[in-house]
Amino acid sequence: MTIELIAGAIKAILMIVAALSLSLFLLYFERKGSALIQDRIGSNRATITGLGKRMGMPNLGIINTTIADPIKMFTKEDFVPAGADKFLHALAPFMALFPVMITFVVIPFGDTISISGHRIDLEAANLNAGALYLLATIGLGVYGVALAGWSSNNRWALLGGIRATAQMISYELAMGLAIVSVIMTFGTLNLQEIVRGQGGVWFGFLPRWAIFTQPLAFILLLVAGAAESKRIPFDLPEGDSELIQGYFTEYSGGKQAVFMLTDFAEQALVAMLLTTFFLGGWQIPWLMRDGFHLPGGAFLALPALAVSLIGVAAFLVKVVALCVFLGTVRWTLPRLRYDQLMRLGWKGLVPLGLFNVLVTAFVVVATGRVQ
Amino acid sequence: MPPFLYIFLGALAIVSALGVVVQRNPIHSLLALIATLMTVAILFMGEDAVVVGFLQIIVYAGAIMVLFLFVIWLLNLQVETGPTGHLALKLFGSLAAALLVTELFFILAPPRLQVKFTHEPPGYGSLASLAGKLFTDYLVAFEVTSVLLLAAVVGSVALARRLPGTDDPRAAGKIAS
Repeated sequence: MTIELIAGAIKAILMIVAALSLSLFLLYFERKGSALIQDRIGSNRATITGLGKRMGMPNLGIINTTIADPIKMFTKEDFVPAGADKFLHALAPFMALFPVMITFVVIPFGDTISISGHRIDLEAANLNAGALYLLATIGLGVYGVALAGWSSNNRWALLGGIRATAQMISYELAMGLAIVSVIMTFGTLNLQEIVRGQGGVWFGFLPRWAIFTQPLAFILLLVAGAAESKRIPFDLPEGDSELIQGYFTEYSGGKQAVFMLTDFAEQALVAMLLTTFFLGGWQIPWLMRDGFHLPGGAFLALPALAVSLIGVAAFLVKVVALCVFLGTVRWTLPRLRYDQLMRLGWKGLVPLGLFNVLVTAFVVVATGRVQ
Repeated sequence: MPPFLYIFLGALAIVSALGVVVQRNPIHSLLALIATLMTVAILFMGEDAVVVGFLQIIVYAGAIMVLFLFVIWLLNLQVETGPTGHLALKLFGSLAAALLVTELFFILAPPRLQVKFTHEPPGYGSLASLAGKLFTDYLVAFEVTSVLLLAAVVGSVALARRLPGTDDPRAAGKIAS
């Protein structure tokens, strides 16, 4: 009992640390990656001792983006506009961040490991209704944004809040339909079981990842997830050329940093969801519990703990790769117009999602995988 | 669910339900209603009705309350200042509330209300058992309800739709899309 409690606490802390580190990485990629894509130099000034500069090393802007920027934000004046609803204005950033951070607990990041006879699932909370939990928490994220826009007593902020609410509600539906088709494929709501179901290979080379059985659902979740995280091309709620900064126009200092953290954490969450549902989570092709079974009969034995740790590393590699992909999309595509956004959501993604669920249902019944 | 948690959540649900009525600002009332729905959902989960709890959050707290938010915004409801209504209305309201409380007291008074604690088998409130019931015992009711909802969706689209050229040209095609 005690060891389970300790393991649970460690896993929860690990997951929060992973989410925050990924957000920091995304912040770095936002600054330096965009500079690389747009052929700029980007931030390259701040150093702590100047030692690297004297030794002739190029400044990669790591101190600028990961240390100087957050310190700057959290030491700035925390401004509340006149006529704002002070209580809700202060509460809104945390109402936006909280649902995102608690969603991370159901993401499985590794296989079961056994430490001195105790089997520990590498998932902060192994819920049987994990997918439902996910949909519930993601659905709550809209209130922070909506209330931030409303409580600021600012027209731009309110417009941003209304846009964000409409957008998130519309794309949640497509997201839910994509997840439903994956649930039907694997016949379980438990995310760890869904990842387990993606182990092994077809025809000796093709991993049994759901991206190959549910390619349409993958695209749906990718697009809807990008829209949920409110990044370009779906950044209409923030739309800085139209709405100044959208729903957080009237935020400064630490609270603005919380909103930015929410956006980055959502992006990391979308990458983790895509990895879990479609890219096999912690699964590596040919890696089984005792080691690599390579095609052609080659076998490389590995201890069980090493196999688990390699799985965790594979999960992280997939997540970071997807984060980089989402970040690249953010700096490549132009922003959609509002009517285009609504048409894509309601006339494109939702019918496609319903169609995909219908086809999946037929296939599941035809292959006789129903009890 | 441990008793102290049950009492705490129950008290929280009642306090936030009171908040819905007492708050003068409609947005604050809405937030209190969300808090009520969330605590009731957690109570459901604590009593093993996991799916009902999550559905309550997804459907009510996550979707319907957002609709309420939109309605409040679109009607531009403001903070109520000062008392509203006539004295006669208030008198009638208090009388009706008193009647309701009396009625509830007689219904819920100990001799009539037989509280029985039954231990359900594990997995009682799971999605599998719920789905099994819905698609066997209650199949007809379930399907009829879904057709009813579909009719409501089609009807609302038909009502909101503006044919091009028949109405305000700025609204043509925008509401329906």
